[in-house]
Amino acid sequence: MEYKDYYKIMGVAKDATQNEIKRAYRKLARKYHPDVSKEKNAEERFKELGEAYEVLKDPEKRTAYDQLGANWKAGQQGFQPPPDWDAGFEFHGDSFTGGSGASGFSDFFESLFGQAGGGGFQPGTAGGRSHQMRGQDSHAKVFIDLEDAYQGASRGLTLQSTIMGADGRPQIKPRTLNVKIPKGVKAGQNIRLKGQGSPGMGGGNAGDLYLEIEFNPHSIYKVDGADVSLELPIAPWEAALGGKIKVPTPSGMIDLKIPPAVSSGKKMRLKGRGIPAKQPGDFYVTLMIVLPESLSEKEKALYQELQEANNQFNPRRKLGLGK
Amino acid sequence: MQNEIIKSETGIIVEESDRLTLVALCRYCSLPAESLIKMVEQGVIDPIDPSQSYSHWQFSGTSLLRVQTALRLQRDLEVNLAGAVLALELLDEIKQLRQQATYIQR
Repeated sequence: MEYKDYYKIMGVAKDATQNEIKRAYRKLARKYHPDVSKEKNAEERFKELGEAYEVLKDPEKRTAYDQLGANWKAGQQGFQPPPDWDAGFEFHGDSFTGGSGASGFSDFFESLFGQAGGGGFQPGTAGGRSHQMRGQDSHAKVFIDLEDAYQGASRGLTLQSTIMGADGRPQIKPRTLNVKIPKGVKAGQNIRLKGQGSPGMGGGNAGDLYLEIEFNPHSIYKVDGADVSLELPIAPWEAALGGKIKVPTPSGMIDLKIPPAVSSGKKMRLKGRGIPAKQPGDFYVTLMIVLPESLSEKEKALYQELQEANNQFNPRRKLGLGK
Repeated sequence: MQNEIIKSETGIIVEESDRLTLVALCRYCSLPAESLIKMVEQGVIDPIDPSQSYSHWQFSGTSLLRVQTALRLQRDLEVNLAGAVLALELLDEIKQLRQQATYIQR
């Protein structure tokens, strides 16, 4: 087990006042709250912070922890609390409800203070007029490919859930859930799986599992809500003469008819070929004229002929420039 | 500990799910109706037709997610409901701007 330096986690000195600890907690909580933060490992940091604050905000627990810390030397491999380390201390407070749910606190915390309930990134459990309690909802983020949003996908998720052990203490149990992600889902949307959150207490219903969908970045498509777009490179003669061009879309190849004499940057819309959401998106193709890296003598001669064939054309007329 | 494998579960897209009644929203959020009415008054969520009486209110699936986020913000950051609404609105704006930025950059 690893010793946790709660002072370091909260960025406060060992002799910080209770007010300083409170201020530090509020500041860091705003920084790492998973709903607000874009920091990496925000959820992990927030949990760690909650655990540190749980101990340091309570003078009784803080004193006990300080005494323990005095016996611990940096660089020590592993950590075991000395036997009877907590003799003479009594812990109480609203956060020790005897394991009303997953606390998510570390082994280190639990070996010192037992299992805590509440706190952390978990939905509240309001009501509570009876002993029956609905289980907590769980949240996770899932990355899928854009193609999965067109066809639907299956994902195996390993979740840690808390269940009541035979001894009446909560235990962490991993389980694998095979989730079918419905087609038509957009980035940022949430999928609810009924009854797949934490189990309820005293016959209460289980909570739900919420999965937030994110797309893996795609090499050729851009996504904006349900609309998908692609930059399509075309040859100068394709732009001039028009014709049918094979175009990839996330749902397969299509033949796109290009009108003659189109300019680079022109956007074509394929209605309903975006993500097949409730309101299906569109697929946009932006035409980009590209030239071969080098031109042969024959090609150069032909372009010169083109130039002479239309010497009235002024592509920069809109800029107020002459030829 | 043994890893239990559970059969396939099909999820529903919350944002596109059927409308929720006040009762259903209370159940999903484990909240009493008074708390949800307060959230409507503060502008966390809006009923689809606010002219209806409480018992006929209906909410979009997105409302469920907003209520849950507001609860987490209130509990974890010790802000009041008005503060949570402000944070929610700013988060919406940031989300929109980030989406636009990613779209432009790529």
